[in-house]
Amino acid sequence: MRAKRVWSALGRSWLVLSTVLVVAVLVLFLVHIARQGWQVMGWEFLTDRPRRGMTQGGIFPAIAGTALVSLLTVVFSLPLGVGAAIYLTEYAPDNRATRWIRLAIRNLSGVPSIVYGLFGVVLFVDLLGLGTSLLSAGLTLGLLTLPWIITASEEALKSVPRAYRDGALALGATRWQAVRTVVLPPALPGILTGAILGLSRAAGETAPILFTGVAFFLPFAPTSLSDQFMALPYHLYILSTQHHSLEKVRPIAYGTALVLVGLVFTLNLTAFAVRSRMRRRLETAR
Amino acid sequence: MDEPVRIDCQNVEVWYGSKQALHGISIRIPSNRVTALIGPSGCGKSTFLRCLNRMNDLVPGARTRGSILLDGEDILSPATDVVDLRRRVGMVFQRWNPFPKSVFDNVAYGPRIHGIRDKARLAEIVEDALRKASLWDEVKDRLRSSALELSGGQQQRLCIARALAVEPEVLLMDEPASALDPISTARLEDLIGELKERYTIVIVTHNMQQAARVSDYTGFFYMGRLVEYDRTQTIFTSPAQEQTEAYITGRFG
Ligand SMILES: Nc1ncnc2c1ncn2[C@@H]1O[C@H](COP(=O)(O)OP(=O)(O)O)[C@@H](O)[C@H]1O
Ligand SMILES: [Mg+2]
Repeated sequence: MRAKRVWSALGRSWLVLSTVLVVAVLVLFLVHIARQGWQVMGWEFLTDRPRRGMTQGGIFPAIAGTALVSLLTVVFSLPLGVGAAIYLTEYAPDNRATRWIRLAIRNLSGVPSIVYGLFGVVLFVDLLGLGTSLLSAGLTLGLLTLPWIITASEEALKSVPRAYRDGALALGATRWQAVRTVVLPPALPGILTGAILGLSRAAGETAPILFTGVAFFLPFAPTSLSDQFMALPYHLYILSTQHHSLEKVRPIAYGTALVLVGLVFTLNLTAFAVRSRMRRRLETAR
Repeated sequence: MDEPVRIDCQNVEVWYGSKQALHGISIRIPSNRVTALIGPSGCGKSTFLRCLNRMNDLVPGARTRGSILLDGEDILSPATDVVDLRRRVGMVFQRWNPFPKSVFDNVAYGPRIHGIRDKARLAEIVEDALRKASLWDEVKDRLRSSALELSGGQQQRLCIARALAVEPEVLLMDEPASALDPISTARLEDLIGELKERYTIVIVTHNMQQAARVSDYTGFFYMGRLVEYDRTQTIFTSPAQEQTEAYITGRFG
């Protein structure tokens, strides 16, 4: 009996300790970034370009570059991903080919992002002749997020009760009408949540844009799809490992990290809010 | 049959994969009457009902043979426009399934997908359908609130109104009262009595008293076959088949 109690206490302490440790490290990490980054934070930092070999000025071109490339990513991957998900759940016959495609898509979401980068160079930069550009990078990041969006959308579509589809079809709706009017609306929050989470992952990626469009330094935000651009994660990488006087740019590196973390946090919180709103709506629906 | 026939089925057979669910069903369903289908569960009543609006098409691996003439036109023919067929043959499901939309939008759903946009016209159709489903008085002040806030019985009548709004000729009901309380069930049965003046109704029911109360004709299904089909009164007082008698007197099923 005593042994049992001792084991139980030990097990519990292990669980509590793990949780405390993880939370502590996370909090320390965030507080550190926030405190260091805060030193340079300000209007000028967000709106000015890097000056004097990046030791002064701000990071505006990187903020704008990340925002624009993320926008392109969504524009490209959301319609394609949702379309594929609708086809797979609503139209495709449940046969071996469909199951293989589904499995392949699930596996793609585990492929390291550097591999996408390489693929983007071959396909978009070289083969399609788009060069190292905002467009090539956006398309590459779009490919990276596609499996996430497809998987999230499929889950969302599958959670819509069959009875809605049957009800619509029995009234003489075509399959497409049924999808558009009674399947897609309740699935939308789930789809958007998946898309935002995919986007927040893409926004922080360096490897896929490394060879496809990101630049070391540019004084301005990109103005066309064929421009190169600066991006927050790559800028951070340069400032923390490639710069000739790392000590001098450290505060700016922290400022960049803070902006990046803030961006990802905001996106994830949005996804969280969308999802909890959806859950509330489904509960009142029941 | 000495009445005008609306649906004439000859030798209808259905398979799910390699399993045959219906064997040679031949039945003539009269216009503007209520036809009840009874029988133990798993005997193929729902399967037969879903033949009449081709909802079985949606079941992977389901195949249908034979002929079903609706007003003389074979609806099993590959040339049939199933979208138009389902407008003409409405269906009410066992478990009420209003869309997560307002009361109004539920009833207006059918007319809208069939291209009616005019607001005044839609309002007219919705009111008319809700009146026919004897739901208007209860919901006229809450047309904009969610259909899911209605009681079960109201939701089921809403589904009937939704089906009526596309002006079908035939109304199929698959155990529409099986999840309703006795009062809602009684209301639904009254409603069926009123609706038969305008519609041809086929109702599947588990409840023999209900079949006796609401229907003019009754078909008894057993193990995928139509054992007996006759006037309801005949079926319940002097059935020709021993199996039918055994079933309605509760000796099995
Ligand atoms: N979607 C389906 N796939 C395979 N078999 C089915 C399907 N639906 C019904 N069946 C089978 O067909 C037979 C008749 O079922 P059903 O028409 O639902 O009977 P009932 O409505 O009289 O209870 C049953 O044996 C059932 O298992
Ligand atoms: Mg059934």
